[in-house]
Amino acid sequence: MYRIAVMGDMDSIYGFAALGLDLFPMEDPADAGKKLRELAENDYAVIYLTEGLAEKIEAEIDRYKESDLPAIILIPGVSGNTGRGIMAVKKSVERAVGTDIIFNNQATRR
Amino acid sequence: MSAKHVNPTRMELTRLKGKLAMAVRGHKLLKDKRDELMRQFLDLVRENKELREKVEAGIAAANQNFVLARSVMSDETLKVALMTPKQEVYLETETKNIMSVEVPVFHYKTRSSDANDIYSYGLAFTSGDLDDAVKSLADILPDMLRLAECEKSCQLMAAEIEKTRRRVNALEHVVIPETRQNIRYITMKLDENERSSQTRLMKVKDMMLESAHHYKEREEEIVPVVEEI
Repeated sequence: MYRIAVMGDMDSIYGFAALGLDLFPMEDPADAGKKLRELAENDYAVIYLTEGLAEKIEAEIDRYKESDLPAIILIPGVSGNTGRGIMAVKKSVERAVGTDIIFNNQATRR
Repeated sequence: MSAKHVNPTRMELTRLKGKLAMAVRGHKLLKDKRDELMRQFLDLVRENKELREKVEAGIAAANQNFVLARSVMSDETLKVALMTPKQEVYLETETKNIMSVEVPVFHYKTRSSDANDIYSYGLAFTSGDLDDAVKSLADILPDMLRLAECEKSCQLMAAEIEKTRRRVNALEHVVIPETRQNIRYITMKLDENERSSQTRLMKVKDMMLESAHHYKEREEEIVPVVEEI
């Protein structure tokens, strides 16, 4: 039985508490990296991460890219959509195809 | 051109021919695998993109609702209202095999079966905006889970496609040409050896006949006679 975690700054994520997801309010990148590792080793299959925080702990996230669990998914925070989430999808297309053929004309959305 | 030395023997030749046949077959299979993976990946990534756009829009809308709710309530009431959730979400995971890539499939379960049982607070002290906000977030949760599944699958398949592509290229541009080159080298060398032993045999035969019949001496005897005429 797996659970779902949400990490990020408190203002962006407190709403998810009502849905029964587990909140881990984090601001500091070092703590967040440690926490992410801890969650990944425990029974968390999906970890939602705000884009703002993800930016700071990219190295930690990349580590789980090729293991089948957990799935680390970026979500926009209150401060707005930075386009990082969609960039991650774009990156995996580039990795597979060699060039980006899905997001041709909308290179970097703001 | 061949980088490393190969023994020009028949045994080596047979071995290399076997290797070539295997490489060609492997190349064909891997190429088919790559093409099929690519096809499935592109379908998946399109879905991923749509889901992500939907989820991002949904979360942005929900955040707006929450800001609205917060503006009419004190932080304390909000915390009290949200921090003791009634609902819990559990996931069951399975794996699905897409062209030998194990991708996760999530089935989610909620603690109470009623989907509307998401309000963890009494309605007396909270504003109606909070209800809206929670509802809007609850509505996109299934899409968020689907997104998690889809995006993870995309990442895993991208890694697999990259690996397969490298293998295909390595076979096509390195292993197969190199083996062909070596086979050519060995056949040429063997032919050359055969020709050289042929000439040697002819030469030896000449020498043996010479020592048996003394053609040269006889020729010398005949030659002066011819000149006299």
